[in-house]
Amino acid sequence: MNYNERLSGNEAIAFAMKQIDPDVMAAFPITPSTEIPQYFAQYVADGEVNTEFVPVESEHSSMSACIGAEAAGARAVTATSSCGLALMYEMMYVAASSRLPITLACVNRALTGPININNDHSDSMGIRDAGWIQIYAENNQEAYDNFLQAMPIGEHPDVRLPVMICQDGFITSHALENITLLDTESVKQFVGEYNPENYLLKKENPLAIGPYDLGCHYMEHKVQQAEAMKHAKARILEVAAEFEKVTGRKYGLFEEYQMEDADLALVLIGSSAGTAKAAVDRLRKEGVKAGLIKLRVFRPFPAEELAQALKHVKALAILDKAESFSAHGGPLFSEVRAALYDLEPRPRTVGYVYGLGGRDVTPAHFRAIYARLADIAAGGDLGPVYTHMGQRE
Amino acid sequence: MIRKAKDIDERTPWREMTLGGEIYEPATSQYVNTGAWRTNTPVLDEEKCRHCLLCVPFCPDSSLPVKGGRLVGIDYFHCKGCGICAEVCPFGALSVKEGGEP
Repeated sequence: MNYNERLSGNEAIAFAMKQIDPDVMAAFPITPSTEIPQYFAQYVADGEVNTEFVPVESEHSSMSACIGAEAAGARAVTATSSCGLALMYEMMYVAASSRLPITLACVNRALTGPININNDHSDSMGIRDAGWIQIYAENNQEAYDNFLQAMPIGEHPDVRLPVMICQDGFITSHALENITLLDTESVKQFVGEYNPENYLLKKENPLAIGPYDLGCHYMEHKVQQAEAMKHAKARILEVAAEFEKVTGRKYGLFEEYQMEDADLALVLIGSSAGTAKAAVDRLRKEGVKAGLIKLRVFRPFPAEELAQALKHVKALAILDKAESFSAHGGPLFSEVRAALYDLEPRPRTVGYVYGLGGRDVTPAHFRAIYARLADIAAGGDLGPVYTHMGQRE
Repeated sequence: MIRKAKDIDERTPWREMTLGGEIYEPATSQYVNTGAWRTNTPVLDEEKCRHCLLCVPFCPDSSLPVKGGRLVGIDYFHCKGCGICAEVCPFGALSVKEGGEP
């Protein structure tokens, strides 16, 4: 049964965690994700969940505690942002390579420095190669829905990978929105129990995890991880299909908005997609064939699927809410542009880095991009492929 | 998938290895030849040994096998040559010589 509520993005995640009732939550507070463990600790104190709450002394420890718990056979969750995620860096690789399907609620925030607490994607983009599945939300509803899908994806025996459910700090984490929730019984049924084949507390079958891997074994284990990430793509779609049956809400690897006949398109991630859709709607009324793709799943990266969805586009802008200081463009730009390379003909593409440290993005920004794309599509100069948007000149 | 650690070696294809290098049985360190790391080697003089077994709990590995209450030699497959046994022997029955060979 679905019912309506008004929740902030952080409340939505904490409520999803309550409905799932995981075995362990280990967390350390950091803006803007602090409210998630705060609300959850209240559920624990009020006896509304059976979870063991571990208030640790740092994020390195919260991820370590999750690793220990998950290896023991428990279902473990955590939440963090920005520097907290950066402090987990070492253990994020351990979680993924030990094949422990931990779920992390990431509330995206800029990395220091200079010190800044507002939204961009530099925290999760910085850790994109750690071997975690990454799923991004545009709004509170998607953050909630993605969190409910995380465990059925990550815990599947063909996958066994940890999952990050990302949402935009403050923009969705602290904004109240109308949201449709699933009743707790249906959530429990959908998410299911965590029943790993092997775990440390299984006394009939002693287990060692995280062994020293010499050169003669390490590469094989990395290939296994890479294969699991390929399997994850199919599993994400399977889980989305099951989710649609329960909720009526449809998810894929990305959302295509007005793409069917689009000549001009954007690819972007997160809440800015809502603003960009408003720009697309206005342009459509003016007769401009504008569309956009909002990427939901960044890891695994849906390269073939994106190429298929973008093959008819004439001019494309790829927007990164993170710098990679490559002097050539952000991570999304590099990967999407590479995904289009085998198309013949392929869209002409430019990249923008925008919204750093919470810098606002408005429909006017997107209109300006589409105007440039129209020019490029008409045979105009491509111009610089790596530029920034929203800074004072 | 190969389940036993002793059956996994440098010829095992990736599809047959356990995920994340998980090991599904206890005491697999006995298969690892840590004796190859040795640069110095303890030697037992059986004439001098009184089988007090003081050396045994001091060995950081389990390289001093005991049978029927008697020290029966040195397990050179696992001994890393730290020399602690020679330090603690009250009878001078254990000494350390240079080099990895017993």
